[in-house]
Order: sequence, then C-alpha cells, then structure tokens
Amino acid sequence: MEQKHLKRVDLIFEWDEKNPPIQVLDETLQKTPDAIILEMIDSGLKGRGGAGFPTGLKWKFTRNEDSDIKYVICNADEGEPGTFKDREILDRVPEKIFTGMAICGYVIGAKEGYIYLRAEYNFLLKSLQQKLDKFNQQLKDRQIEFTIFLRSGSGAYVCGEESALFESMEGKRGEPRNKPPYPTVAGYNSKPTVINNVETLVYTCEICRMGADKFKALGTSDSRGSKVFSVSGDTTKPGIYELELGMPLKDFIDEFGDDDAKAVQVGGASGHCVPRKKFNDTIIGFEGIPTGGSMMIFNSSRSMYNVLHDYLEFFTEESCGQCTPCRVGCQQLLKGIEAVKKGERPPSYLEDLKKLTLTMKIAAKCGLGQSVANPFISIVDNFKEEIIY
Amino acid sequence: MTNTENFVHELAEKHGRTRNALMPILQGVVARDKYLSEEAMIAVARELDLSAADVYGTATFYTFLDTVPRGKNVIRVCKTISCHMHNKDEIIKALEEQLRCKVGETTSDKKFTLLTANCLGWCHKGPVMLVNDDVYPELTTQKAIEIVQEYIRKSN
Repeated sequence: MEQKHLKRVDLIFEWDEKNPPIQVLDETLQKTPDAIILEMIDSGLKGRGGAGFPTGLKWKFTRNEDSDIKYVICNADEGEPGTFKDREILDRVPEKIFTGMAICGYVIGAKEGYIYLRAEYNFLLKSLQQKLDKFNQQLKDRQIEFTIFLRSGSGAYVCGEESALFESMEGKRGEPRNKPPYPTVAGYNSKPTVINNVETLVYTCEICRMGADKFKALGTSDSRGSKVFSVSGDTTKPGIYELELGMPLKDFIDEFGDDDAKAVQVGGASGHCVPRKKFNDTIIGFEGIPTGGSMMIFNSSRSMYNVLHDYLEFFTEESCGQCTPCRVGCQQLLKGIEAVKKGERPPSYLEDLKKLTLTMKIAAKCGLGQSVANPFISIVDNFKEEIIY
Repeated sequence: MTNTENFVHELAEKHGRTRNALMPILQGVVARDKYLSEEAMIAVARELDLSAADVYGTATFYTFLDTVPRGKNVIRVCKTISCHMHNKDEIIKALEEQLRCKVGETTSDKKFTLLTANCLGWCHKGPVMLVNDDVYPELTTQKAIEIVQEYIRKSN
C-alpha cells in the first residue's frame, strides 16, 4: 500500500498570473465536451463536499440526458460544524469557481448556473455579485451562452443536501426528495442538473489548467489529489490548509495538535470520532475516513459527553422533520444520553440507542438522519466512561 | 395599498411571480422589516397566487425567516462545538447583561434581538456572532459589548 505523509499543497488559492481562470476557460473550450469529461474521469476527482461521488461521471450522466434545459449549481451551503473552507474560497478565489461552473455548463449543455450561498455568509454577497457581474460580462464578450446567478439560503443546514437545496431554490420548504431520480436526471426545476461543491468546482478549473496527470500524481489510488482542511478545536494552528490526501491521522495530529489530543472528529458533526489509539492506523481519504474537510481536535480537558451532546442538539434542531426516523430518532438519542448521564437509565441503554442509530441509517430519508450513527457510535464506543459517568 | 403591500408588490415586480421567486421575496421583506408579518405573508401569497398557509409553511421552515417581530438589529451568537469550547457562554452572558434581555428576546426599545445560531462557519476564530449580515469573529466579552455599543451609538 502506498504510504503518504502530510504534505502541504497550494492549488486552490494559488493565482497563476500567466494563466488566470478566464484564460483556462478559453483554452478548455477549445476541447470537445467529451474530451473534458475524459480528463475529469482520468483525474480521479471525487466530490469534495463529503459524499465523494466521481465528478467526471456526474458531468457525463448529465451530458447524456436529453433535455433543452439543464443547470449547473454550486453548492455553497456550507453548514457542517467545523467546516469553513468554502467561505475562504468564495472570498479569495471566486473566479475559479465561476470558471469551473462555465466549463461544466459547456460540457453538459447548460445555459444557466446558480450559486446557492448560505445566509450566514450574506456578508460576502456584495463583493461576490460584483465579481460575478464582471465574469458574466466576460462570458458575454466571448459569446458564451452561460450566465451565473446568486441565490441565498435562509439558515437551514439540511439545504446542503442537494435535493433539499433544489426544493429551497424552487421556493419550498427545504425537505429532501426521494431518490432516484438523481439530480443528473431531475434536479432543479426537475431538469438534469450538475450540483457540485465549491471546492470541487475549483479543482475542475485546476485540472483543466494543469492537466489530469499532475493532479493525480497527488494522493493515492482511491483518493486522488489534495483537499482543503478546516482545522479547529484544540489546535496550535487553527485555520485552513490544503493537504495531499491519504496521510495517516498521526501526521496530521503531529502538525496541528497541541501535544494533548485525545480525539479528532473527522468530517464534522456527521463524521467519525477517532480516538488517540487509532491515530496511527487511520488514513484520511476515501480508503479510510473520507471528510468534507472538517477536522476538530479535542484534548484531554474536553468532555466527550459534551461534544456528543452538542452534536445531538445540532441534529435535533436541524432535522427537517419530514421523516420519522430522523425527527424522533435525534430527539430520543439526545434524551437518551441525558438519561444515562443522570442515572435514570442503566449504561446498557446506550446499546439500545446505538441500535436506534443503525435503524436511522437504514430508514432515514437523507444523509442527515443516516449519518447520525457515525458520531454516535464512534464517540460512545471509544469514550463510554465519559458518556456514563 | 398599504406600505407593506406596496413593498411586496415591488419585490414581485423585481423577482417575478413564479414559485421560484418566493424565497428572494421573503428574504427581501426580512431584510427590510427583520421579520415576516401576517400582513406581509398574505400580500406575498396574493402576489404569487399561493395560499397564505403555503407561504407561512415555507417561511417557518427557515431559521432566518422569522415570523415573530424582531428588533432593528438581530444578534446571532454561534453556539456550536468550537465556539462552545471557546467560551460562547460567557459572550452570551455578557450580551444578556448589556442588553438586559435573554436569548430569544427583544429589548424593550426594540433595537436588538438576541439569538443563538448553529455553526456560522468561523470555527477557527470562535467565538463569533452575526449582527444582521455582518460578522464579528474572535470575540471577547469586552469586544462583544463594544460592538453592541457601537450599534447603539449609530442608531441614536
């Protein structure tokens, strides 16, 4: 197996004066859509929002759909606790996002693109709109029939789920849809839609700039390329860092920990908690623990009961309430760990609660309810004493 | 037409009258009034040819589309884990004392509403709060109070 080590990379925020995004667009549009799709598939790029679907395939499926109207949507509804990389990308290099969207529009045959920005980032709206106006004008000057529009969210975590996002853009409650059909077939306005995370779109622009070969030289066979990590919690260096995928968590902790880390929550509230004894064996990537980039470090002064309690409060509030397993499940998990803590329920009750999360994993309608099992089981199993006493 | 009806009418002219225009219109009303009054929601329903219940049902789904009156300035303090670990409780306590109102309440002069919010996306610079759309990271109790005082000065 390839053994990777922590390595900093600078692709996302790098600004190549000799080859700015608009020039990348000009050069890329000289190629055929099929050639661009092949390049994306060859690069091995997988979605950077957390789910990790191969980007090239998503574009290909949407291109293959027969429809006069198609859409490209940039998911900027970054709401996973511990994640803030998209905000920085939107703030610092939005031109790369626009370029990725325009390339995608050309590939799939879409004339409209939308950026769905979470309401918590409304302070970015003004500068983003100015830069977007300039970019849209550049497209017009080149007679490229593609326009990008901005849309705001209104403070609902679940709208980061792609079908809930479409519902919200269509003026409805942000309740996830049944799948299939998938967005590539019926997304926004029930038309074929590519929806990509902010960071993913920037990588598509970068792959067009430097070629798939250079991109896939980074990372491992399962996790090509690099990724932007949001580092917070008990760390000496909070902030965002672009790192090569495939490193052991131990490397990460040596670099960012405060020498007292007892656990890392990889992938935000809906991710996995890794205790110290597993730092060496845990790979950060799709072959190990995949992540949307959230890395929260907890040192020995922290109570993992409080951490889990915070997460469950979060899910209870953010569950859209549409499906029973998630709506009732989240509430019962929260009440359940409180009851065990107070001694109203025996410690063995935690096993029942774990079974409940597994039921949610099967029965909940969307990723929100399905993923509550990740933090719950990994925290309860590794820090049982802290949860009980 | 009343002032609110006029305003909703202008928003509908700007964003269109399809269902897809509902969110931008509701957001436009909240940007001006800080909340959606019954009058505003009924006006939106008429403009878009929707039932008032449908408009209300959509609005109440979203945390940032309030349907109860809010103060001129809405403060949202992040309460999620990283900010929790960096003493958001003290920030909230200081603001409660300064504003003389509890979380969820509006000051008697209607100038401020104090709320908490789930992750605002500043985990590396917590604690953090939003005042309306503006963000204030790396708070201390002192800083939070000064920011509020600045808003009071500006409104006088």
